[in-house]
Amino acid sequence: MPRVRQPGRAPKAVSSNGSVGTSIPKLEAYEKVTGTALYLDDLRIPGVLHGRTVRSTVARGRIRQIAFDPAFDWTGVVVVDHKDIPGDNVVALIEDDQPLLASTEIRHAEEPILLLAHESAEHVERALRAVRVEVEPLEPVLTVEQSLARKQLLYKDTNIFKEITIARGDARAALHSAGLAGTVLVEGTYRTGHQEQLYIENNAMMAERTGDGGLLVRGSLQCPYYVHKALMRVFGLPAEKVRVVQTVTGGGFGGKEEYPSVIGAHAALLAWKSGKPVKIVYDRLEDIAATTKRHPSVTRIRSLVDKDGSLLALDIDTVMDGGAYVTLSPVVLSRGAIHAAGPYRCANTTIRARAVATNTPPNGAFRGFGAPQTQFAMECHMDAVAGRLKLDPLEVRRRNAYREGDITPTGQVLTESVGAHEVLERTVRRAHYETKRKRYTQENAVAAKAERSGKFDGRGRRVRRGIGLALVYHGAGFTGGGEVKLASLAAVDVTPKGRPRILSASTEIGQGTRTIFAQMVGDALGMPAEFVDIETPDTGLVPDSGPTVASRTCMVVGGMLVEAARKLKSELSAFAGAELADAAAFERAARRYLAERGPLRAEHRYQRPAELQWDDDTYRGDAYGVFSYAACTVEVEVDLDTGETNLIGVTTAHDIGKAIHPVLAAGQIEGGIVQGLGWALLEDVRWKDGRIWNHQLTNYIIPTSMDVPTLDVEIVEIPYSRGPFGAKGVGELPMDVPAPAVIAAVAHATGLHLDEIPVLPEKVLHALRAAHAASAT
Amino acid sequence: MRSALTPLEIIRPKTLAEALAQVDPAGKNGASPLAVPLAGGTDLYVYLNAGTLDAQRFVDLWSVRELRGIRTIGEATRLGATTTMSQIREHPVLARRYPALAAAAAEVGGRQIQNRATIAGNIANASPAGDSLPALLAYDAIVQTRSARGGRTLPFESFYRGYRQLALAPGELIVAVDLPPPAARATHFFRKVGTRRAQSISKVVFAGLLRLDRDGLVEQVRLAYGSMAPVPLRARAAEEALLDEKLTAPAVARALAALERDLSPIDDIRSDREYRRIVAGNLLEQFLRIAAKRK
Amino acid sequence: MSDVTLRFTVNGKAHRVRVPPMKRLLDVLRDECKLTGTKEGCGEGECGACTVLIDGRSVNSCLVPAVQADGAKILTVEGLAKDGRLTPLQRLFVEGGGAQCGICTPGMLVSAHELLTRMKGKVPSENEVREALAGNLCRCTGYQKIVDAVRAAARGGRSS
Repeated sequence: MPRVRQPGRAPKAVSSNGSVGTSIPKLEAYEKVTGTALYLDDLRIPGVLHGRTVRSTVARGRIRQIAFDPAFDWTGVVVVDHKDIPGDNVVALIEDDQPLLASTEIRHAEEPILLLAHESAEHVERALRAVRVEVEPLEPVLTVEQSLARKQLLYKDTNIFKEITIARGDARAALHSAGLAGTVLVEGTYRTGHQEQLYIENNAMMAERTGDGGLLVRGSLQCPYYVHKALMRVFGLPAEKVRVVQTVTGGGFGGKEEYPSVIGAHAALLAWKSGKPVKIVYDRLEDIAATTKRHPSVTRIRSLVDKDGSLLALDIDTVMDGGAYVTLSPVVLSRGAIHAAGPYRCANTTIRARAVATNTPPNGAFRGFGAPQTQFAMECHMDAVAGRLKLDPLEVRRRNAYREGDITPTGQVLTESVGAHEVLERTVRRAHYETKRKRYTQENAVAAKAERSGKFDGRGRRVRRGIGLALVYHGAGFTGGGEVKLASLAAVDVTPKGRPRILSASTEIGQGTRTIFAQMVGDALGMPAEFVDIETPDTGLVPDSGPTVASRTCMVVGGMLVEAARKLKSELSAFAGAELADAAAFERAARRYLAERGPLRAEHRYQRPAELQWDDDTYRGDAYGVFSYAACTVEVEVDLDTGETNLIGVTTAHDIGKAIHPVLAAGQIEGGIVQGLGWALLEDVRWKDGRIWNHQLTNYIIPTSMDVPTLDVEIVEIPYSRGPFGAKGVGELPMDVPAPAVIAAVAHATGLHLDEIPVLPEKVLHALRAAHAASAT
Repeated sequence: MRSALTPLEIIRPKTLAEALAQVDPAGKNGASPLAVPLAGGTDLYVYLNAGTLDAQRFVDLWSVRELRGIRTIGEATRLGATTTMSQIREHPVLARRYPALAAAAAEVGGRQIQNRATIAGNIANASPAGDSLPALLAYDAIVQTRSARGGRTLPFESFYRGYRQLALAPGELIVAVDLPPPAARATHFFRKVGTRRAQSISKVVFAGLLRLDRDGLVEQVRLAYGSMAPVPLRARAAEEALLDEKLTAPAVARALAALERDLSPIDDIRSDREYRRIVAGNLLEQFLRIAAKRK
Repeated sequence: MSDVTLRFTVNGKAHRVRVPPMKRLLDVLRDECKLTGTKEGCGEGECGACTVLIDGRSVNSCLVPAVQADGAKILTVEGLAKDGRLTPLQRLFVEGGGAQCGICTPGMLVSAHELLTRMKGKVPSENEVREALAGNLCRCTGYQKIVDAVRAAARGGRSS
């Protein structure tokens, strides 16, 4: 069982003697361990055609001509191009700049141009090779620097998709006063790279025409209503003619937030033209090469601190590479900007954030959504501050970390559930951070001395150890007015058998949506979770409870479902004229209700808590209802002979308000931490002429079980009064925290301040050599 | 893009003689393109799944009994061509006598790969990064080949003529790999450097064998590298620099300088030239530090 | 080339299929034997989602030609539970959070099953488990709950 601590007293509304807070078996786990869970590619549909995508091999250019090899047998091959699109040739998201199929202009490598389908997967594969697309190449823009130089204009006259400024106090003026009263100016630039989500189930969607002239699209996805909206535009169909159904989904991490709209619409175009069901299942090579990645970032921070390490002013400038189309970059940027100053109080803060256009495949949603990038920079910077002032990084964090009543850069007053100090202290205590900090420093000095006199460890190695620390926070739910605009709706109704049924579009993608929803609704109705049914996310059956993103599923949608369940219960109690004591009483009353009055359904639409204010134009106000907090220590052993960084310890505490299901919550934390460690140490997207070079699992390296040490996770519960049972968000938070701790641990072990991830062995070794050369002169 | 598997042919000989007849250029199939030998498929199917292999005919050696098994022949050890990496890592005698090879076998892919990848397959695939190959070089392995016309014995060191070029004639198969007995009281060393700790393709792979005489002079030394040149190779200049020397700092420095002449690393998808060069030297130093401690 | 007839058992049940000889075992299991529990994650022997046992040894079934299955005893994830009753390993995956999205789970369970069989009742160390599962990538769990479940299963189903 995961360790769970409740430092605060739980509010009354939170108390529960039901299943919330316990770890019941995950609902669909039986199917998953027996191999009976059906993922998209496991469905056996008679007559299904296999769809494939003809893509651009160049990063930028104009299509001159498309040639079909006349020697090839084209019989039975369905071919779709942009002219076959009945409605608009757009991937509907924030802006309409991305075409579903390129017509003339090519703006990134792997851009879809044509679609092919055939009943034989092998034949359509051959057909793919029998199409030749002739493209007149244009000079591509492949980096943030090239984009900002504006030699080639890709988007308006700036190449900037979105710019955000957040200002509190007067950071510039404060920075000008550097040196007065012993204040110190610290500057640094920090970089993060692309990252592939690398769900183990590749993208997979299937489409078929329905008898009523509509479409049924099924697949591996996070957001059924995103696909629904995209299909309506592409086909010019009304909402009721388009039905999108989630199949069991083998991981998402943001990678199946917006991209399934593209694949679903592609499959639908082939199905529309052929009249047959069509499935498109990407193979790994195509999935890595063509789909979205985490935005790379460059962040420059200038800070003014006083002698004891208090932050007096912060000036942060971050640039993210959006790729070829706007897609979700403005919102990724927004979350990145809001989190850029980290969980630290600072009266004068300016944050400028820009997302720029390049000719690389669009970057998109990925767990953390911009916040891991900017907080990586801020955490590295906090260590730089500590280094300049010769303070321990822990001390600098203790001095500045948020407490209740502190104000964020957007002017949000943190009124409750501020766990920054709690997670920090618990983490350093459990990790024996301070002891190890001293011990490793001493041991490293002893080892260096011994090596100089020709003594080595038993394996002849030259290794150094280090421990690093990081502290982050993460806002739960959509940013600012996002939840209001979304106005999502969730419902609970009653099945003919008299059981309550959850109706929401929130998807199970491994994280436990179904289980925690059943627990929360079960508790609200006073019955075991096993008694609660859950409808499949199917736009024909469930209301739009919003996308499964932004750490909102538990706190926001869970909260709506609890409200809906309470309404249902009170309606049914009133009807029965008695409290419904248990599941049996509920069932009896529900059946009688159905017989006498007909269907019973209760809904709840998101309502912003009255105290929250947000202005989207000025970026002032309450960016999120609440933040979750995490601290983490990472211990490493760096091999000076190879530059390899081996992880030898990871300790973390996460304040998530309330763990509805401690095992699943710990699973989110552990998985997120390891994904963050992969980003920090191993995962490097390598490019060649604007195309991803290492688009194979052999060369895009993610952590194996051998690459991670035992993870020591503690859950801290400082309840949020507006969250169901006190819960806040958990999904993204763990992604934010390990990378800067890795940088700090490597710095402790070696003295190298790398300020850039991934920390590949090559970088470490070359930096060690450079440092050695510098110290020798 | 995937290769179409449906039209591919595979012949399943039961005996070595049948297999040799199938690949004999003078035999009845000689006119058509020769069949590609396939055993565990751990490389060939990767190429087929990625669409980078054009071959249409294969000959399955997996169940040819004569190609299997680990045997002791006098002082030497014979590995049948289709001995798997699992069999090598789990074999108690191999682990004791050829620890560098056993260690290499334990780092080839995951368990699933080790259960299928064969020693001859690793040789024939001829990747300069092949994990077992430097260990075979360090143990002075000998490759036994057979064709319909008879057998040959080739030192493994001369088995590659260039990048992915085998010293095999058409119709010739690897049937076994012989490991001569290593010198007693030698230091054995294997280290593979990749990006992660399991299942990675090496950036630098090194195997070493070194024996000091009673006076502490280097009596025998073999240094072998993978991923450092178009083929896995012995670092002959560095060996030369060490032979008959004590493992003193100047001798090690001379060996390191000589090593530069032995190796010709490149930049590629997995690493850079400079990194490989530095790590190759550092691994040699690490090995020599261990060897020097052995009295 | 014309199809060949192959006979083998999967999970103790005899199968007779006619397939192209170089078809991947993975596809034979999924298409012919209708056992879709075995998944494809990469097609290059890296992720281990397609892991099955052939005569007791784990293999990546995406790298095995169908013909080599002729006469073999194959075990897939569907063969672990007997009459719907989960093995201790499966039960501990369910209870302990070893399966999240579930796509790596079949291969992971088969590899873990091979390890437990090889251990003959001995409890593997955490490192031994990590080493044995290094050929099975998981992106959800961070491996901790999987490793814990495997060790608990080796202890006879009692958790630590």
